[in-house]
Amino acid sequence: MRETDRRGQNGVGRLARSCSVFAIGGAAMLALSSSMAVEQAFSNVRPQPLRSGFETMSPATQAMQARDSDNPAWFAVEEGARLYQQPAGLQQRSCASCHGDARGALREVVPLYPRFDETRSAPIDLSGRIEACRLRHQQAERLPPEDDRRLALQAYLGSVARGLPMTPDPDPRLQAARVRGQERFNQRIGQLGLSCADCHDRHWGQRLGGSMIPQGHPNAYPLWRLQWQSIGSLQRRIRACLVGVRAEPWSAAEPAWVELELFLQWRGAGLKVETPGVRP
Amino acid sequence: MSFPIVRCLSRSIVNPARRRGLVRFGQGLAMASLAVRPEVSQADAARDRLQAAIAEFTQGRVMVPDSTRLRIEIDALVENGNSVPIRVTALSPMTDTDHVQRILILAPRNPQPQVALFHLGVHSGRAEVATRFRMAESQSLQALALFSDGRIHRAQADVVVTLAACLEN
Amino acid sequence: MSRAVVRVPQQVRAGEVIEITAMVAHPMETGYRTGDDGRIVPRHIVRELQCEFDGQTVFRMTFFPALTANPWVAFPLRAERSGLLTFTWTDDQGRVVIERAELRVS
Repeated sequence: MRETDRRGQNGVGRLARSCSVFAIGGAAMLALSSSMAVEQAFSNVRPQPLRSGFETMSPATQAMQARDSDNPAWFAVEEGARLYQQPAGLQQRSCASCHGDARGALREVVPLYPRFDETRSAPIDLSGRIEACRLRHQQAERLPPEDDRRLALQAYLGSVARGLPMTPDPDPRLQAARVRGQERFNQRIGQLGLSCADCHDRHWGQRLGGSMIPQGHPNAYPLWRLQWQSIGSLQRRIRACLVGVRAEPWSAAEPAWVELELFLQWRGAGLKVETPGVRP
Repeated sequence: MSFPIVRCLSRSIVNPARRRGLVRFGQGLAMASLAVRPEVSQADAARDRLQAAIAEFTQGRVMVPDSTRLRIEIDALVENGNSVPIRVTALSPMTDTDHVQRILILAPRNPQPQVALFHLGVHSGRAEVATRFRMAESQSLQALALFSDGRIHRAQADVVVTLAACLEN
Repeated sequence: MSRAVVRVPQQVRAGEVIEITAMVAHPMETGYRTGDDGRIVPRHIVRELQCEFDGQTVFRMTFFPALTANPWVAFPLRAERSGLLTFTWTDDQGRVVIERAELRVS
């Protein structure tokens, strides 16, 4: 963490100071391991009312998402469905050979992500879980996070879970990471000295330039972003925000991505999965 | 992606002589000996491209410039120019003796003015097409329709494009 | 990996004018963009869409770089009888995508 904020102070120093405030509360939070404690810890940070980014879009853009045959992201879903059935790797196994029909048990599990990965003893997002499966159980080749095939599988599984509410996993082993994600959300970074909260908590619904600021929920990913003219992941979108405030984007291996997603998922809990979304 | 920003950058790298500063501060004569005032010639080049595209479509036929038989449906203000829906309708019974053969959409301030060319016929039943396109900047869009009587009808629509708030690169 | 999706109305009466939509997966690289290496990314776009009904051309569209990636179009057709609609996209590298759909007219 080598970001410096607008006043030139070391980002680590600021985080350490905010950490000391959170450490006192944090210890109390961790002592109560029930999900009700999770609610109390974050009870003041959900936007009211909770609104998906879908609602802040123009009718024309909404129309693109509303019908699959009008949705430019739909091809990724079809490709993902195909890949799901395709034997891959040295094991020549398909996803389907272990998981069966994705519309069965997998469907229920998708809205819980990020979850706790036993093998690495760390939280893992859906993209990481798919990749871990490919490496461990198919012995397939490693794919970069924005590879079309990884996005396609994510898009397919997300679309299978479309309509289900985002449901934070109450696993207590995720709690510390979720708290760190909240800190990230509130931390001012970059040359512009902005935190996620500055725009997406305090100014959602207002305009920045010509664009209406959404609340910033992760419920429609992977999605087709008009600005990209392609489908992309939540990480890609967050990366765009980091660059937008002129901060150094986190490296691929940093736990920050999953920690922030854990918090965002909690913050938007209850919103329906919309994958594959369309956004400006 | 930042379509318009990337376009401007690539032009300045390719031809430094087009930077406005050189033209304004005393080097006008030197530049003029190489080429006619670079700043004006960019607009000229765009105008030439537009005229060429129109000429290719009209083939010298008579044009009805502000036709009531041709309509462009498009938002007057778009959030960003990355995907702009447009619908063009020509009023025509689409019979053997009175139908629309072709419709051309033009965005004069895009790097290339043509957006899409539609070929219709009597079997179309209606002269109405829609698509999604990218706009580099605010401009006055044009639609041209070739009717079976050989006449070209034209319509225009002004569209304002606001820039995206956070640019990625 | 090319795919296309089309939408043809159901329950169509003879003589009705319907609207058909067609979308193809394609990057529609304009040829104006600079890549991460600082070089212009070469143009790569769809050139044309042709729609045939039972072998007769009923719609054609010439594409230009201004159209969006995964380009989408809506066009009309007077439905006279049932038959097969064939959609053929051709791009500037000669790649062809074909999609078919039944038109059922009562």
